[in-house]
Amino acid sequence: MSPSGKSLFIANRGEIAVRVNSAAKALGCKVIQAHSEADRDMLAVRLADEAVEIGPPQASKSYLDVEKVVQAAKAAGADAVHPGYGFLSESARFAAAVEEAGMIFVGPGAETIARMGDKVAAREAAIAAGVPTAPGSTGRIETVDDARAVVAEIGYPVMIKAAAGGGGRGIRVVETDEDLARLIPQAQTEAAAAFGDGGLYVERMVTDARHVEVQILGDGTRAVHLFERECSLQRRRQKVWEEAPAACLSAASRERVCAASVALAEAVNYRGAGTLEFLYEPARDEFYFMEMNTRIQVEHPVTEMITGVDLVQEMIRIAFGEPMRLSQDALRIDGHAIEVRVNAEDPANGFMPFPGLTGALHIPEGARFDTMLYEGYAIPPFYDSLLGKLIVHGRDRAEAIERLRAALDEIRIDGLKTTLPLFRALVDDPEIQAGEANTAYLESWLETNTLDAA
Amino acid sequence: MAKQIQSPLPGTFYRRPSPDAPAFVEDGAEVAAGDVIGLVEVMKTFHEIKAETGGANVRFQVENEAPVTAGAVLAEMD
Repeated sequence: MSPSGKSLFIANRGEIAVRVNSAAKALGCKVIQAHSEADRDMLAVRLADEAVEIGPPQASKSYLDVEKVVQAAKAAGADAVHPGYGFLSESARFAAAVEEAGMIFVGPGAETIARMGDKVAAREAAIAAGVPTAPGSTGRIETVDDARAVVAEIGYPVMIKAAAGGGGRGIRVVETDEDLARLIPQAQTEAAAAFGDGGLYVERMVTDARHVEVQILGDGTRAVHLFERECSLQRRRQKVWEEAPAACLSAASRERVCAASVALAEAVNYRGAGTLEFLYEPARDEFYFMEMNTRIQVEHPVTEMITGVDLVQEMIRIAFGEPMRLSQDALRIDGHAIEVRVNAEDPANGFMPFPGLTGALHIPEGARFDTMLYEGYAIPPFYDSLLGKLIVHGRDRAEAIERLRAALDEIRIDGLKTTLPLFRALVDDPEIQAGEANTAYLESWLETNTLDAA
Repeated sequence: MAKQIQSPLPGTFYRRPSPDAPAFVEDGAEVAAGDVIGLVEVMKTFHEIKAETGGANVRFQVENEAPVTAGAVLAEMD
């Protein structure tokens, strides 16, 4: 079945709703856009064929309300629902409710989301498929003695992680027996409160870690990889700058991690777009599986820029039952791409959020800017601060960095404080230019550098 | 004339530190200067709202989890 002529309900907002809209339109779909009371004026509503209000500004009463979203999609006569990222995109209950209501969920089945969303189950699936994981506990840790037994094998420092956590939440670094005895019960209590599941596991701490993630696409039977991204530049465990491919990898290491990722995707009969996140330890040339995200990611455009594949269109085609159109042999890396996340935050003032009124916009030619902005748009304070993503491509990494510098010099977003000044400083940083920055680099850079007010 | 505590930021107002915790300040209570009376969530970050001066008989003007604008009166007191 082709998506052409079918209707797609977008259960998300901001820049990703705009991105899904453009992919759906290119496929000939009718677009129905969900929005909260605070999002009546958002760009994705203006671009949609139809818009449906689903509730009050607070996400818990609108975008995160499974029943409301499913009812709205059903009432609007939607054939399929695209969850975007965040919100309900990794809710197994939502995926199941969409299908029970007779609509297509653009993503993997509810069982796959549930399995990959449990960190212990995902790690077990990864090990079974031959995906490299960090040395650590094979299952859940119940007691401090369990943790001590693991540490006896792998040594300090170790990380305690919440089985139900994700995105860096619920992680503790432990270096001594005393801290282990103190922090295991504390982490159990906190994980139970935060995630409704007190399950923990323990892993070896990785030094000079790089964040490397593999993009995969599956049709339920066959899967391909679209190479990897590197997202080591992070603040508070949120990515701010992403690249494809990862400059820290050799061709052999790339082949190894990408092939293992395809094996895991095929082992779980993966359907749709997904990402396997790894820590890479350069000194050992080893990868450690962290988690799998069963949705499209914020930083997917850098992969699109080096492969020429429209990932959002492909995931919609697959959801409507088309077989995979890509063959691994035909996929090649073309040049290098970099994305920076432009947030409504003031980097000169502790990254204070700035939900202001958008003034004039000047977007450089030759750069891609995936954004929710238009001139005169008032940014609501109720949601995350991502305004858009500035993406450049070059024949190699050096050229991509040059093009990023040129684009940063030229782009203008009046009326708002944004993170653009941060990137204007980072693009000239020697460590970043050399591709030597690890996942701790940006935090320490921010402690020693001050940024002028924009 | 009643004293007012205003929100410095637009966002969502919370009267408790977490859903299951008691309110920072109950209606009718007294506060001292610097006491936290609530949180405003703006773009997924939380900012403490403090009383600038002390006061008695605090009367909240905004429900828990209600959207607020910058400058909105969150509470009045004597």
